[in-house]
Formats: sequence, structure tokens, C-alpha cells
Amino acid sequence: MSTYQHINSSTQKIWSLLEEVTDPEVPVLSVIDLGVIRDVKLNTTPDGEESIEVVITPTYSGCPAMDVIRMSIRMVLLQHGYKNVQIKTILSPAWTTDWMTQAGKEKLKDYGIAPPNPKQQVCNTQLFAEDEAVQCPHCGSYNTRRISEFGSTACKAQYQCNACHEPFDYFKCH
Amino acid sequence: MNQSIIDYTLHLADNALIISQRNSEWCGHGPVLEQDIAITNISLDLIGQARSLYQYAAELINNSPAMSGSSPSIGGGQGEASEDTLAYLRDARAFKNCLLTELPNGDWAQTILRQFFFSTYQYLLYQQLQQSADGTLAAIAEKSLKEVTYHVRWSSEWVIRLGDGTEESRNRMLNAIDELWMYTGEMFIPVAYESDVATEGIGVDVTVLKDQWMQRVNEIFAEATLPSPSQNAWAQTGGKEGVHTEHLGYILAELQFMQRAYPNSEW
Repeated sequence: MSTYQHINSSTQKIWSLLEEVTDPEVPVLSVIDLGVIRDVKLNTTPDGEESIEVVITPTYSGCPAMDVIRMSIRMVLLQHGYKNVQIKTILSPAWTTDWMTQAGKEKLKDYGIAPPNPKQQVCNTQLFAEDEAVQCPHCGSYNTRRISEFGSTACKAQYQCNACHEPFDYFKCH
Repeated sequence: MNQSIIDYTLHLADNALIISQRNSEWCGHGPVLEQDIAITNISLDLIGQARSLYQYAAELINNSPAMSGSSPSIGGGQGEASEDTLAYLRDARAFKNCLLTELPNGDWAQTILRQFFFSTYQYLLYQQLQQSADGTLAAIAEKSLKEVTYHVRWSSEWVIRLGDGTEESRNRMLNAIDELWMYTGEMFIPVAYESDVATEGIGVDVTVLKDQWMQRVNEIFAEATLPSPSQNAWAQTGGKEGVHTEHLGYILAELQFMQRAYPNSEW
């Protein structure tokens, strides 16, 4: 019951543990970097045990990484002695790449994925809209072109650099 | 009233699941790699939306005293409804998807046109549904709308590319219009549960979407140099009330096979 009294259960501690949980499809990003953790709450059950509620939101409705992320959050917290963990999923407000941390964007670039542009250019129904000027994560050129709006995962588009000719993924604004 | 919300939620979910299942048949068979990836990404978005909707429908069913137990329409008849029982254990007559979503892929032109017709409808519908008096449906609509925006743009561009492309691609597009047009009217003819939820401010009055939908279709068709189909063409209906084309049974046979053959299997 109170085996884990030595743990200082401030939510700050939980937030820092969640830094260990990474996106299985983009393993350089933690769930904090990704901006999918919306809240962490500490509650006390009627019999005096503490329970933790982690509120998350999916990036895309069908993103299969979300199931893995839910499981990983539970595992990491269990490993640190938190037995009573609830993971709640909310859909509104809908996730946006604006919630990605600056640190996360830099990690993405180092990993070879172009991070979402700082100025949001969210998809609209406008036809043949101009491609966003996306910087090549390999050579730094802005002379790039979009190959497809859909990529290897729901959150990415396919680009190619006209300068160094390398194809690359772009984590698209959403 | 509660039954109408359940039926409406299942209708929205079935639309997303069935067209998603259809699109997924392209996996590994797309005309070029990038478009194979695009159509399967669209499938994935739609499966995700279907899951959110089925989860909500299951919650409504389980909380509704009249529905618990062994209603054949929720499938299984044993234990609680879940997103899985709703997708895998209902029979064709219980599915409430529009007929358009279950039609065969045909060639690339037919798949593209079906997606364009459906995504444009879904886009207009979700825009309105964001204001639903039902908070969960509103949230699902808000989330899904961002994804559907990509689907509308992608499919519109392809209608133009094919319609205003070569003689071959144009002829295929004209054939696709002939194949699909009579199934589009159903989307805008409400059935009883849709009217019920629309009156309550929970669902969307689909009759008001028709003009906007037609306008978008005409715009894109004009750009694609395709003839505008008649707005008053005869419409085949029935899907929303469980009366389907012969195609749905085959889709379900494939989709549900594992759960029917090995009940409760997981992997």
C-alpha cells in the first residue's frame, strides 16, 4: 500500500519521467517534445492511495504509435513505482505541431527529418497550393520540392532537395 | 433519442471504416509508390476516425439499459459492446454506411472520384459537426477535419489531373462518373435517425450540405474539363438503413474473417 512512500510525487517528477517515453516511429522525440501530453494530475483514492492521471492527445486519429505510447507511459511509471496509472485520451483541442518543443524540432533536424516550419502553413483545400519552403536537413538548402503530401507515417510528407538531391521526410505542419 | 445517437454514430463510423477498408485494397498495388502511400495513409486516417466513433458508440450502447444484453444489431450478443465487436461482429444489415463507400475500387479513376465525392461530403459534414451539442462528436469532428482537409485537396487535384489529362485518363474519369454518380445523392437524403439528431442539434442536417457539395464538385469538374452531372439525377438509397449492394457482404467476409473463424483472437 505505502511501499513507495519514498517517492516524492510531485507532478514535476512525473513530467520528467515522461521525458523517457519516446515516439516509437521517431525515437529521438520524447512524448513531451511531441506535445502529446496535455496534463498530469495526482489524485488520491478514497483508501488513501495516490493515483496518477496522464492526459494525452493523438497526433493523427489513426496513428498506430499512440497505442505503443500509452503502453510505454504505463511501463515507465510502473518501473518507478507508480502502480495506479490512468491514461486518458482527449481529442479537443486537436493536436497541432505548434505544441512541439523547440528542443524537439532541433532533435528532428539532427535525425534527418525536417522539422515543421515555425510559421504554420496548415493544409487548406486550396488546390495545387505552393509548396512550403522547407529546409533540407542534410545540406541546409531551401531549394527543395515536395514529392508527396503523404509519407512514411501520417505526420510526414516526402520532399527532395534540389541542391544535394537527397530525399527527406518533412514533419508537416498540422 | 438515445437509439438515434447510437445509430448516427455507427453511421459515421461505418462510412469511415468501409471506405477505409476499400482504399486499403490498394496497399502494394498503387499506380506509383507515392500514391500507394497516399491512399493507404488516407485509409489509416479513416480507420482512426472510425475507431474513435466506434469507441463512443460502444460507450453509448453499454450505458443504455435498453441496449445491453443480446441485441443482434450490436453484434456478439455476449458481454459488452466494444469498438471491435461493432466492427467485426455485426452483419451487413446492421451496417449503416452510404452505398458510395462500399463500391468496388475499379480503376484508379474510380477510386479517386469516390474519394473526392466522399471527402468533400465528409469535410462539409465535420465542419458542421464541430458545433454539435454532443461534446464527444464535436471533438471527433474537430480532430478529423484536419485530416480530411488533406484528403479533399489530394483527391481534388487528382480529379483535375485525370480529367484534364490524356484521352485515356479522361475516358476513365467519364466512366467513373457514370459508375458513381447515382450513389452520391444518398449522402444528402436523411434517414430517420439523422433527422432526429439534427433536430436536437447533435447531428448535421445533410440536406443543407448538398448545395455546397455540388458547388465544389462543379468547380473541380470545370477545372478538370469534365461535364457537370445533373443535380436531379435519380439516387440509389438504402445503405444508411442497412440495405446494401451485393459488395458489402464480400468486404465484411474479408474484414471479419479472423474474428469469425477464431473468436476473440488477438495479435
